[in-house]
Amino acid sequence: MPIATRKRKADSTTASADATSEPQRKLTKVSKALQKDSISQEQAALPATPQTLTSDKGMDSDDDFNSVASSMDLGEEMSSSVDFGAGESDVDIDDDYQDDGAFDATAKDLAPKRKHFEVEFKVYSPQDIQSQQDTQIAEVANLLEQPSEATAILLRHTRWNKERLIEQYMDNQEQMLDKAGLGQEINQNPPRVVVKNGFTCDICCEDGPGLETFAMNCNHRFCTDCYRQYLTQKIKDEGEAARIKCPGDGCRKIIDAKSLDLLVPNELTDRYHQLLMRTYVDDKESLKWCPAPNCVYAVECGVKKRDLNKIVPTVHCECKQSFCFGCTLPDHQPCPCVLVKRWIKKCEDDSETANWISANTKECPKCNSTIEKNGGCNHMTCRKCKNEFCWMCMGLWSEHGTSWYNCNRFEERSGTDARDAQAKSRQSLERYLHYYNRYANHEQSARLDKDIFHKTERKMTLLQSTSGMSWIEVQFMEAASQALQQCRQTLKWTYAFAYYLARNNQTEIFEDNQKDLEMAVENLSEMFEKPTDQLAGLKVEMMDKTTYCMRRRVILLDDTAKNLKEETWKFNVELR
Amino acid sequence: MTTPLPKRIIKETERLQSEPVPGISAVPHDDNARYFDVNVEGPGGSCYEGGVFSLELFLPDDYPMCPPRIRFLTRIYHPNIDRLGRICLDVLKNNWSPALQIRTILLSIQALLGAPNPEDPLNEAVAKQWKENQAEAIKTAREWTEKFAQKK
Repeated sequence: MPIATRKRKADSTTASADATSEPQRKLTKVSKALQKDSISQEQAALPATPQTLTSDKGMDSDDDFNSVASSMDLGEEMSSSVDFGAGESDVDIDDDYQDDGAFDATAKDLAPKRKHFEVEFKVYSPQDIQSQQDTQIAEVANLLEQPSEATAILLRHTRWNKERLIEQYMDNQEQMLDKAGLGQEINQNPPRVVVKNGFTCDICCEDGPGLETFAMNCNHRFCTDCYRQYLTQKIKDEGEAARIKCPGDGCRKIIDAKSLDLLVPNELTDRYHQLLMRTYVDDKESLKWCPAPNCVYAVECGVKKRDLNKIVPTVHCECKQSFCFGCTLPDHQPCPCVLVKRWIKKCEDDSETANWISANTKECPKCNSTIEKNGGCNHMTCRKCKNEFCWMCMGLWSEHGTSWYNCNRFEERSGTDARDAQAKSRQSLERYLHYYNRYANHEQSARLDKDIFHKTERKMTLLQSTSGMSWIEVQFMEAASQALQQCRQTLKWTYAFAYYLARNNQTEIFEDNQKDLEMAVENLSEMFEKPTDQLAGLKVEMMDKTTYCMRRRVILLDDTAKNLKEETWKFNVELR
Repeated sequence: MTTPLPKRIIKETERLQSEPVPGISAVPHDDNARYFDVNVEGPGGSCYEGGVFSLELFLPDDYPMCPPRIRFLTRIYHPNIDRLGRICLDVLKNNWSPALQIRTILLSIQALLGAPNPEDPLNEAVAKQWKENQAEAIKTAREWTEKFAQKK
């Protein structure tokens, strides 16, 4: 059973949005009109929206909080059908069109359309995963007329591909059973421990009377101590579970859970079942563990590996972690996985080095080797290509004639050419640094914002006692803080994305969106630094800015995701 | 010695002495019963015929749950044995079974000498030569056997 789905969440919030939607929309429209004039006016106009919210204050404070959320969703809602592909660069105009139509958009509200950057997914708890496995095992067991233990082994063998298993099984039952490591007579012999007289264990060479022994149907019999030790090592040290073979030499029979339960202590069977669960999730392409530390949930998402160049499947776990289903890294929308990988690699290799290179070195005008001048005169001889040149003007040394050690030859042709070439290679470095610095800055700021978030909790408590607001009423701080985190995460990746983006008309829109979001984020971020006693008075403004940030983020993500899906972006690297 | 030697190792050692495998000898050190000096004769009909290869064999603490560690001491020209004498053999790695023994493992190694497998190489250069010019490779292996693997 799904624990939570994105769709459901949207459903519930939309429902509550309907209650307050009409007056709010009118006001949004008004503020929108003002927005177009200038940015400062836009800010002045923005508080208009939440005034409806505050006027609702007489109502249940719970509703009040909900409407904050719903107004955010409303923003998403409206942008869902905004068409950026048409080529208009003014986003706000599009929004206004949308507003006009908003009054008769009830049908759309009832069935919210998924945004381009959203994917469908489900979050499963360990219990869900277990029951999922059990259902499948029971289903197939019934069909194949095999006990569930054997069916489980068969299913694990085919990596939970039911269709393939059934097909192969029907095709050649014996071969399938053998391949999966099952004997044929699993039905008859329940596993049991026996004492055999005159038996010598091949592993420990013990042969005392009363020695307890065990063997699966393959009849490779060993004493239970050795069997236990063997299984313990496989499970504990090697982390194996689904594919533990009989300890007999060359035997491919797979140990089943029933035999295992008989032989090893409880804590080990727990671990065994845990590992089985892990292989189940690992074996299925549509399932992934949440990468957050200590998180026990798994997420199911239908996005295939081959589609990752067209979509960035960000999913949200129950534990609040947002991660990319494609590569399990933290949410990196709008940047596709391949570019993220490239970017991270590049940054690891390059960033600091590039900075240093830019500041301290020049390239040989002939072979482009990077050279650091650590002393001596301006007469350089490249160690690689033996080219002799002047460090000052980068021109050929031979042209310097008698003016050695005193370069005054800036107008010389060879020098100008060399400097041009150099400038070009520097330019690519500068370009990278431009994007890297912004990327790193948002990463850093997000970290700082996180610190602030921890302080926020204290501020919220303080605010309660000083302004007499209730706990629910101060939630806007948390909402703002979370919005900030989310937006910075997005912004950060827009810069990695932009680095690989080849310029065309779409990139103009993209950069506008990026700029808008950045401005919104910085505005909101600034408010956090205000002293606590002012915060109560800023509540309305803050809520408004939070909403605005989230809306800008949705607009940006929707635009990039749509273009990614339609492959209208051009990249200056191949998406591989 | 802190821990007494497991019965399994004692029995195996005894049997190696009382019923030695033809062409193979394994003798434990006096001061360390887990450390063996091993000599393996090159199998008849192979390019290692006539050679005697010495190896070292060590039984780790969790033997027989873990495979013994074995290494060639004599230099050998073989696609599955590298310059340090390490051996690429499935039963020494993931196909190890605690039911296997020193003698069975040494027999497997002898068999590996008789049937080099350049498709699963440890020593890339040798394996390449083996695939591209087998006659030349076998000739080199013979030469090395004569040069390095003679009984002292």
